Amino acid sequence: MRKKYFLNANIIDPHNSIEETGGLIINEVGKIEAVGKKVNNNNIPSREKYIDLKGKCIIPGLVDMRVFVGEPGFEYKENFRTLSEAALSGGVTSVVTMPNTNPIIDNVSIVDFLKRRGRDKAKINIFPTASLTKNLEGTNMTEFGLLQAKGIVGFTDGYKTIQNTRLMSRIMRSAYDLNCLVMQHVEDEELSKDGMVNDGIISTKLGLQGISELAEKIIIERDLTLLEDFNCRYHISQVSSGKSIDVIKQRKDSVNFTCGVSINNLSLNENDIGDFRTFLKLSPPLRTEEDRQSLIKGVNNDLIDVIVSDHKPEDEEQKRLTFAQASAGASGVETLLPLALELYHNESIKLNKIIKALTSNPAKILKIDKGNLSIGNDADFCIVDINKPWIVKKENLVSKSKNTSIEGRKLQGKVLNTYVNGEELFKI
Amino acid sequence: MAKQNKAIKISKKHLLGIQDLSISDVNHILSEAKQFIALNKSKNKKIDILRGKTQINLFFEPSTRTQSSFELAGKRLGADVMSMNLSNSAIKKGETLIDTAMTLNAMHPDIIVVRHQDSGASNLLSQKVNCAVLNAGDGRREHPTQALLDALTIIDRKQKIQGLKIAICGDIVHSRVARSNIYLLNMLGAEVNIIAPSNLMPKDIQKLGVNSFSDMKKGLKDCDIVMMLRLQNERMTSSFLSSNREYYEYYGLTPDKLKFAKSDALIMHPGPMNRGIEIDTKLADDINKSVIKEQVELGVAVRMACLKIFCE
Repeated sequence: MRKKYFLNANIIDPHNSIEETGGLIINEVGKIEAVGKKVNNNNIPSREKYIDLKGKCIIPGLVDMRVFVGEPGFEYKENFRTLSEAALSGGVTSVVTMPNTNPIIDNVSIVDFLKRRGRDKAKINIFPTASLTKNLEGTNMTEFGLLQAKGIVGFTDGYKTIQNTRLMSRIMRSAYDLNCLVMQHVEDEELSKDGMVNDGIISTKLGLQGISELAEKIIIERDLTLLEDFNCRYHISQVSSGKSIDVIKQRKDSVNFTCGVSINNLSLNENDIGDFRTFLKLSPPLRTEEDRQSLIKGVNNDLIDVIVSDHKPEDEEQKRLTFAQASAGASGVETLLPLALELYHNESIKLNKIIKALTSNPAKILKIDKGNLSIGNDADFCIVDINKPWIVKKENLVSKSKNTSIEGRKLQGKVLNTYVNGEELFKI
Repeated sequence: MAKQNKAIKISKKHLLGIQDLSISDVNHILSEAKQFIALNKSKNKKIDILRGKTQINLFFEPSTRTQSSFELAGKRLGADVMSMNLSNSAIKKGETLIDTAMTLNAMHPDIIVVRHQDSGASNLLSQKVNCAVLNAGDGRREHPTQALLDALTIIDRKQKIQGLKIAICGDIVHSRVARSNIYLLNMLGAEVNIIAPSNLMPKDIQKLGVNSFSDMKKGLKDCDIVMMLRLQNERMTSSFLSSNREYYEYYGLTPDKLKFAKSDALIMHPGPMNRGIEIDTKLADDINKSVIKEQVELGVAVRMACLKIFCE
């Protein structure tokens, strides 16, 4: 591989506190050789060709902490190859995959398969999680230690929650002993049973069973209380309401934990469901505009650490149904960054904070050396025109499933090129 | 008379809910319906304004009165009526609502009357077929013809709706009848009191412009109309109430509780009734107070009006 030189870029690397105009040099083996304002015309050998980015942004490749891939079992929704292509087109170079496949990722032998498929079919970095409980049944723990030794980065039951409090306390103890990351989808399943949308005027009007924000709050309070006893690495997968943010704020000083939010909950509210749009049936559900504002404040005040796509590809057959029958979830890995940039353009969140929540923060929680432009590290990054306007059209989406929650949305900001290990794998 | 109304056009292609209608749409439907009341009482009840039209009644949920009312309405107008009960056929074979709709659409019906257990089902259907769709009840969302026939009954007895105080009492959370009635009665200028135990009260219902009460006696105070709803046990997935007898004690309409309403208050019920659970059996049959039978009678007229208007 030849060395690559990029100049006149706006470089944003929150991990190394870089936010400046400068350049980037990639060495022959795809590692970062130099970065920042010191890299300019003066220190590039004259025989070398360089790329003048004319003020476009270079940011670390995104680390998306919550992605559902259909492989194994639901390849017709998304496989590793299509996920990888979709991610690259959105500047995402590392994804954390959920264990809700068929079979479930709950034992060591399936992890080998997963890693092989990921390596052979995906061009991005795949970080698989395994389930907290066998077969997602919420009764018996999986082998955290052995699974982690095989390369599992964290444990979660995906869109299911550990309901049994005693089991949860034991999971935390094991995770504490083995230094494992626990990621909980926070929802009291009895309280939210049969629920489809936020419990409020919209659920009343549409005649749909509501999901109370209390269902989320109760599990957060329970888990944070348990954590006081055994403070394992604990991450709240996604929050959706202002009430949850209040609890997090109260507990932040006394217990260690981290928290994520879906870009959907940051950018949409329950009114977007309109006339039973099943593509906006999501879990956690979209809530009120006040809740959305609280979540934005949560990111600004560092109560929320991570923004995820909650990429959940579903084929058309799962969505061309009545609202009650339709599957929950939206495809979103490739629109994560552009939609997050909307929060920058409308002055909700500072650019640096957004990038941090998409790169270095998730990497830190996962304890992986990704999401940064440190010298010597793999050159995983993307070049972004943060002002380029475009319109989301499902037929242009790369993902195998087209169930976007933002069809027709006018966005500003698009990924131009994505590099993994110094190699250009996506070009607009 | 019918010719005068020709000039007025309905603003919607489908009748999916009261929410979509304008006040002139509602008045149009009600005035058409009034003309069919006399026809339904006459010896020869059949006319031919829908001759050659095909009406399909698509019922995914069991129904006796609504389905027979729509069937009779269509037949009296001269339409070819086909009723399909799908609560136990196509769905169990795995066919989706959209596929069923496409199949029926290929038979070129002029109007489809649909009832479905899921909220929003009629909206989904209306997006996929070429003909008009009449919602005969979708989940908990709306049951527009029921609200229209209730309004017609009230107008028939009280000559107006504007300014009346109307209580709707019972299982509100599961009730499409309550929702449609709230929209329509509000539109026509009534004051609406909603009465239910908190477990059966939908969240933020006040935002629809009604007063809510968990104390029935307070909610009934000075009401002109008391509309009782059926306890929908088939929709209750967990324990909402302790027992039927306790419910009757606090929320059943009894002569004692009725005293809190105006002395000339009328009792309504969309049926089917659970006698002795939500309503005292003698009150239900009291011809001086109860207009329950009249509701059924006027239901046919309202449905004839809707079929006529939406077939055009």
